Amino acid sequence: MSTSTSNAGSAAGSALRRGRRRPVDSTVKVLLVAAALVSVATTIGIVIALVQPTIGFFQQVSVVEFITGTSWTPTFAQKAYGVLPLVAATLTVTGVALTIAVPLGLGSAIYLSEYANPRTRKVLKPIIELLAGVPTVVYGFVALFALNPLLQKWWPTDDGPAFQNLLIAGIAMGIMIVPTIASISEDSMAAVPRSLREGAYALASTKMQVSTRVVVPAAMSGIVAAVVLGISRAVGETMIVTIAGGLTSDRIVLNPLEGAATMTAFIANISSGDIPVGSLDYDSVFAVGALLFLITFALNAVSIRMVRRFREVYE
Amino acid sequence: MSTPTTTTETRPDSSASGNALTQRRSRPGEVAFRLAMQACLLIAFGVLAALLTWVLVKGWNRLDSRLWTEMPTGLVSRLDGAGVQSALVGTLWIISLVALICLPIGVLSAIYLEEYADNTRWYNRLLELNIQNLAGVPSIIFGILGLGIIARALGLGFTVITAAIVLSLLVLPVVIIATREAIRAVPQSIRHASYALGATKWQTVSRQVLPSAVPGIATGSILALSRAIGEAAPLIVLGAVTFITFNPDGLDSGYTALPIQIYTFITRSQSEYTELAAGAIVLLLAIVLAMNSIAIFVRNRFEKRW
Repeated sequence: MSTSTSNAGSAAGSALRRGRRRPVDSTVKVLLVAAALVSVATTIGIVIALVQPTIGFFQQVSVVEFITGTSWTPTFAQKAYGVLPLVAATLTVTGVALTIAVPLGLGSAIYLSEYANPRTRKVLKPIIELLAGVPTVVYGFVALFALNPLLQKWWPTDDGPAFQNLLIAGIAMGIMIVPTIASISEDSMAAVPRSLREGAYALASTKMQVSTRVVVPAAMSGIVAAVVLGISRAVGETMIVTIAGGLTSDRIVLNPLEGAATMTAFIANISSGDIPVGSLDYDSVFAVGALLFLITFALNAVSIRMVRRFREVYE
Repeated sequence: MSTPTTTTETRPDSSASGNALTQRRSRPGEVAFRLAMQACLLIAFGVLAALLTWVLVKGWNRLDSRLWTEMPTGLVSRLDGAGVQSALVGTLWIISLVALICLPIGVLSAIYLEEYADNTRWYNRLLELNIQNLAGVPSIIFGILGLGIIARALGLGFTVITAAIVLSLLVLPVVIIATREAIRAVPQSIRHASYALGATKWQTVSRQVLPSAVPGIATGSILALSRAIGEAAPLIVLGAVTFITFNPDGLDSGYTALPIQIYTFITRSQSEYTELAAGAIVLLLAIVLAMNSIAIFVRNRFEKRW
């Protein structure tokens, strides 16, 4: 009796095990792993593509000159490879963009999350998501041909902004980033539990106090993540600065009314011309690319950590 | 007798407290704050709407069949009969290839991460972090990847297939993240019921989980493709900035694409080019915004709430 049951049991067990090891399932798993490895290969590919020419670049240009030099003139007869002008222009544009995008984006998010009635929110949220998809070449076009003529016309003094300048590129970029910041901040404000708001109201807080002293602090990590993502997008944005930001890079330009090349604008400009493979100019594209990659990598790390924190609190 | 007295007693009370409440609500600071927040929304989106309208007006004269039946030209004198056909066809080629390359890889990666991967293992966590980081890498860096590895090291050159591979890798994280969220939203009980009926893991995933997640996957995929359509930066690094007056006829053909063609027009100073650029932008925006609207509609209409 007992032997027969145990026999039957082990038979069923082996049948189940056989079922689990069907060829289809193991093939599928191999396929899935292979697909997942594509993204790993992408990262490795990026690193390899950047590292090899960058090493070649630093064999001819010292790291110290690259980091501390105040002139970037690869296309001039007198070549200089100091990256600071490109970094300064990138920071200026990013600064202008954030000055516009952070208040507008946060304000929009607070309005949508705390004040707008549900029906308005239901209509506006998809529109914001829709506008986040406008291609950046469009922003570059309107910056150069619509915003800048307006700015030049209204400028109070004679020494107005140049045809291409960092201010206008920054403004266009700010408008571009608003939907991103608004959308992510609104998500994190919506994730703040209702009980926190009701607690504050019970203590006789006004709506403004609830918004600014309860909801915003509670959603802070999400807001910071949104802003960091905005910075990361501004630093890496190419088309707007290439079209409307200008090309000067032989000196550090701190006046936003002048044009200057950002890191991305330099890469886009020099690679749209013909450059011989293996030349120092060709390698300089990758050296600047490597610096850009490192900067955005650091920003992404901060952003990912912040998002994770805000998810952990309330979900 | 007592009822009317009570009401007369309470009525002034309640209206007084109502008054006090309304007074508190309409404090000047409160009103100003509310208006300021509302103004942020109106300014941000009003400016954007005004700019898009400006583009439409600017390109109005070019919005006819010339845009898609004629080829671009580098000669101002022949610009009147020019359009962006080669760019439109190039964009359609690239985007079809991106869909073929990116969507299967993205969906399969997401299935692995959600259904098969053990999240406590370090390599799976690394995989996840890697995807999150890739989502934030600037698009021009993907252009450098294409230039250094795909065009030169793999020898694919500056062709349609190189552009499609680069854009596929660029939007892959978008597809993966959206698909993962869609799969995660399918409740465990569905999987358990499927296993209880004797289904294998793959049968459960392919016949229960995936069909339920289709709306979310579709939304993410359409958004990813529309992003790929609008990307110009990686293609500039891949040397696509020229006047191409033929349509691509194969994977190894030269190409141009709408955003690239628009950029090329912008770099020309003549106002005729500006007008044509505006017309091409309207075409590009129409495609991109239509795709995004479909994506958002699909999500709001078909997504299951469990």
